[in-house]
Amino acid sequence: MANVAAIELEQVGRHYGERAALSGVTLELEAGRTLVVFGPNGAGKSTLLRILATLLRPQAGSVRVLGHALPAERWAVRARVGLLGHDPLLYRELSGRENLVFHARLHGVPAGRVDELLEAVALTRRADEPVRTLSRGMVQRLAVCRAVLHQPDVLLLDEPRANLDPAAIELVEPLIGRAAGRTRVVTSHDPAGGRLEADLVLGLRGGRPALLASPADADPAAIAALYR
Amino acid sequence: MSSDHGHRPTPPGTLATVGALLRKELRVELRTLESVPAMTLFAVTTFVLFHFGLNRSAVDGDLAAGILTVTVLFAAVLGINRLFVADEEQGGFDGFLLAPVDRSALLLAKALALGLYLVAVETMAVAAFALLLLKPPLTQALPELAGVLVLADIGIAVIGTLVAALAVRTRARDLIGPLLALPLLVPVALACARALTPLLSAGGAGGIPGRWLTMLALYDLVFALIAYAVFDFLLED
Repeated sequence: MANVAAIELEQVGRHYGERAALSGVTLELEAGRTLVVFGPNGAGKSTLLRILATLLRPQAGSVRVLGHALPAERWAVRARVGLLGHDPLLYRELSGRENLVFHARLHGVPAGRVDELLEAVALTRRADEPVRTLSRGMVQRLAVCRAVLHQPDVLLLDEPRANLDPAAIELVEPLIGRAAGRTRVVTSHDPAGGRLEADLVLGLRGGRPALLASPADADPAAIAALYR
Repeated sequence: MSSDHGHRPTPPGTLATVGALLRKELRVELRTLESVPAMTLFAVTTFVLFHFGLNRSAVDGDLAAGILTVTVLFAAVLGINRLFVADEEQGGFDGFLLAPVDRSALLLAKALALGLYLVAVETMAVAAFALLLLKPPLTQALPELAGVLVLADIGIAVIGTLVAALAVRTRARDLIGPLLALPLLVPVALACARALTPLLSAGGAGGIPGRWLTMLALYDLVFALIAYAVFDFLLED
């Protein structure tokens, strides 16, 4: 898998009305590597993830995920990416298990995988309670299960450790951490932690790339400056 | 656990996807009771209002057919407005779009769900209508009445699903939904009311005029094809 580009972006841009949410993003990420995206709120991090997840069309430039051009070949990409965004994408009135079984059916995943994941995130005991009754941390753990249910090759993680306590972070690490062996795009507001798990660092400000470097070359001061 | 992510699960076919979506839809409705009880209560209240508003304890013929059709239509609008709200507010759209499945499965599942809600509402609403307003007894005409209403329900469900998918992403969805749906449903209302008139006549149930049934069926078919053709574009960015 090494040296094969899992994600290739060339001058990618996206507008919301008159406002440029993302522009001029060019990078290449090898399979199995991790790109960490820094930037203040509204910098375009979530927009980038949604483009890679096929939920938004790029309006400028070209995007290739796992060798497939987007949006033209989005059908081939959807089964192979997992998105963990700010929204858990779970129905509040359904239980955790019902939500995961529903998503498992949409991906053609056997129901046994749901039990396996619930056990992995220590939610088996609360799995039959409606999602609306669970704490935010538990919902986030369920959302992690949903994102990795179909064993995606590429994980798109929008601040994946938000709402999680240290014990919960340990639980989800084998699923979404570096050990999972997947290509990952992770957004983060934690310069120290983010640099530690990154193979490539992208800094966005106002939708434009302000920093693109290896973690060793990414100056912490330059990352901090993105937020000023 | 992650070591086997080279093996890809096979995406489900359209029918399996419809099954999964419909099961989820009905389960959410059973838990929240957001649509069917509100639609039923609205229909029964409307009959009570007609009862007092017309100052008549019994109606028949075209007046009865008109009251029943319009009431069902307005009750349906409540269901149409709620159809995609849980998906929009709880990320169901994105969850569905991330799956490698046929987009038209969502149209079919939502239309089936709305159709089932309408059948449930009509079962109670027709009984209330017979009790509160209708002059002739319904027993004899019941199978034909059910047949006409099912044909109307198909049209309402397809058009309602299409309109709901369009309206739910707008800021004024509660306004846009009815404004788009009601004009499109005029032919359904017209054909349904005309087809019901002989069934609700005091002189005994007459035969249903075939041309109104044909019109209903044709309108259902045309909108089903239009919905199938454009639904993808409504969902995708």
